Amino acid sequence: MLLLILKRIGLGLITLFIVSLITFVGVEVLPGDACTTYLEREAYGAALDTCIKRLGLDVPAYERYLDWASNVIRGDFGYSLSGEMPINEVLGPRVKNSLVLASVSILIGIPLAIVLGIITALWRDKLPDIMISTITIFSMTIPEFISATLLILIVAIWLGWLPGIVIIPSDATFYELLSNIILPVVAISMIMTAHMARMVRSSVIQVMASDYVQMAILKGVPYWKMVFRHVLPNALLPAINVVALTIAWLLGGVVVTEVVFNYPGLGRLVIESISNRDLPVVQALAIILASIYVGINLIADLMTLMLNPRLKSLQIRK
Amino acid sequence: MESNLITEDKQKNKLEKVFEILKTMASRPSGLIGLSIVLFHIVLALISPYIAPYDYKAISPNTMLLAPSAEHWFGTDSLGRDVFTRTILGGRTALTVTFFGSLIALLWGGLLGIFCGLVGGKIDDVVMRVVDAFLSIPWILAMLLIVSLLGTSTEVLIPALGFFYGKGIVRVARAATHDVIAKDFIVSARARGHSNMSIIWNEIIPNVRDAILVEGAMRWSWMLLGFSSLSFLGFGVSPPTPDWGLMISNARGLMSFAYWSVIAPIVGLSSLIIGINLTADAFAKALGIDRSTKAPV
Repeated sequence: MLLLILKRIGLGLITLFIVSLITFVGVEVLPGDACTTYLEREAYGAALDTCIKRLGLDVPAYERYLDWASNVIRGDFGYSLSGEMPINEVLGPRVKNSLVLASVSILIGIPLAIVLGIITALWRDKLPDIMISTITIFSMTIPEFISATLLILIVAIWLGWLPGIVIIPSDATFYELLSNIILPVVAISMIMTAHMARMVRSSVIQVMASDYVQMAILKGVPYWKMVFRHVLPNALLPAINVVALTIAWLLGGVVVTEVVFNYPGLGRLVIESISNRDLPVVQALAIILASIYVGINLIADLMTLMLNPRLKSLQIRK
Repeated sequence: MESNLITEDKQKNKLEKVFEILKTMASRPSGLIGLSIVLFHIVLALISPYIAPYDYKAISPNTMLLAPSAEHWFGTDSLGRDVFTRTILGGRTALTVTFFGSLIALLWGGLLGIFCGLVGGKIDDVVMRVVDAFLSIPWILAMLLIVSLLGTSTEVLIPALGFFYGKGIVRVARAATHDVIAKDFIVSARARGHSNMSIIWNEIIPNVRDAILVEGAMRWSWMLLGFSSLSFLGFGVSPPTPDWGLMISNARGLMSFAYWSVIAPIVGLSSLIIGINLTADAFAKALGIDRSTKAPV
């Protein structure tokens, strides 16, 4: 058991190591280095020399990689080019803002998804299921920027209930954030809930058809007791991994949502740093977002392992 | 003579099978709706240059932000361009890029997955670790970086999208190969002394094809979503080419009074994505593959 957990953590670390290699090699192989890309037309003479000196681009690539990697492990991402300030200082408030947005969305999304999933599964192919399933399919398939734009158009412009665009500095306090994030949270949790609700639905339907549930029905266990005692615990277990994948997948979608609402989180930083051609920040973002992805998956795998006694004796899922 | 007959027979069977699948897909209302939407968009993309009433890039200060009328069915945008013209033309680039992108994704993802599943061992381990690593980098970050350094031409977008949406297919193809590989007919093909290539081509591909095709159809809709997101962010199609993502992002600032120029491309893009999704779902059901328990990867 302990060995399995250690092995799983090891695999995660190897993945992160490869990610760091990919981002480093990618930036190295694509045309233009950090300095020429950033300075564009002014990339000559003294400006170029100082930039190369500052980033240490005059030493061989593998030395730079080792240097960069050992700094990253110690939690130091170096300096950003555009603001000329430590990347950690740039990232700090953005990470906090994105965390607030993500955790509020998850806190709303997961319980809602479970409830909707159960309703659609128990009333399978009846009116509630057909209605909810149609809505989930719509919100799942429509791109984030469209649902966000429509939300702004309907709620903010036509109804005038909420501000359409978030106008807050990136170092706003938690309470300042809360009143402004209603629409972004709705936009994000809509898609997340839809994905998870569909997953919960099919999982519950599968468990309902299993032998032990049939047995419970034959034994005369009351319907709701059967649902809560026998079906749900078994149905929600496989959902954990999917929930993790969905959250991780949303990292990409959050970028777009943050841009639409002008929300000062990690996602908008992605766009800003790429528009500014600030490669050191892009590299740092790649590592951070990949770590979040690997971390979420790791937690999901460990949770499944803890909660499912059958898996303890088995080889871990690849 | 006899072998000729057999191949003819096979071909006829194939056509019949395709027809059968289409019929099963259309027998459910959602499949029928999906198929007709996709068909409509493909036909529209083919004929739209001939039926467009205005020039898509004709700028005119006299016709700025006109409300929908008899001359301009969907109104005009902030540069005075006809929104109806731009909307019916807006899917052409997206459809072309994502179609060829999905084809590339299917090919390299499917073949690499089958290869890894068949060979196993060290090679498989290494490849899967690298695929995992690529999966954990958000696609949007990687795409944005590539596009900002290499440019936004279709020659860059198609292979880049094809590459980034193919890595998930590797896992699906590998898993499907694992399911097939223990079956008796593979063992007997091995015993007959067939090479790996021959086993892949004759035994494995016919058996994993359905799973990979369904995955590819699904990827197509995700790639369309990804491509329009890039356009929306200003990293996809470059103006003045009409594209739904770009049109939405341009019209967004003025939607408080000129909502028509944002609604039209929204309807275009959403209907196509929903259509492809419904079709992919119906396709999976017609082939008897359950996708409902899968998360987006």
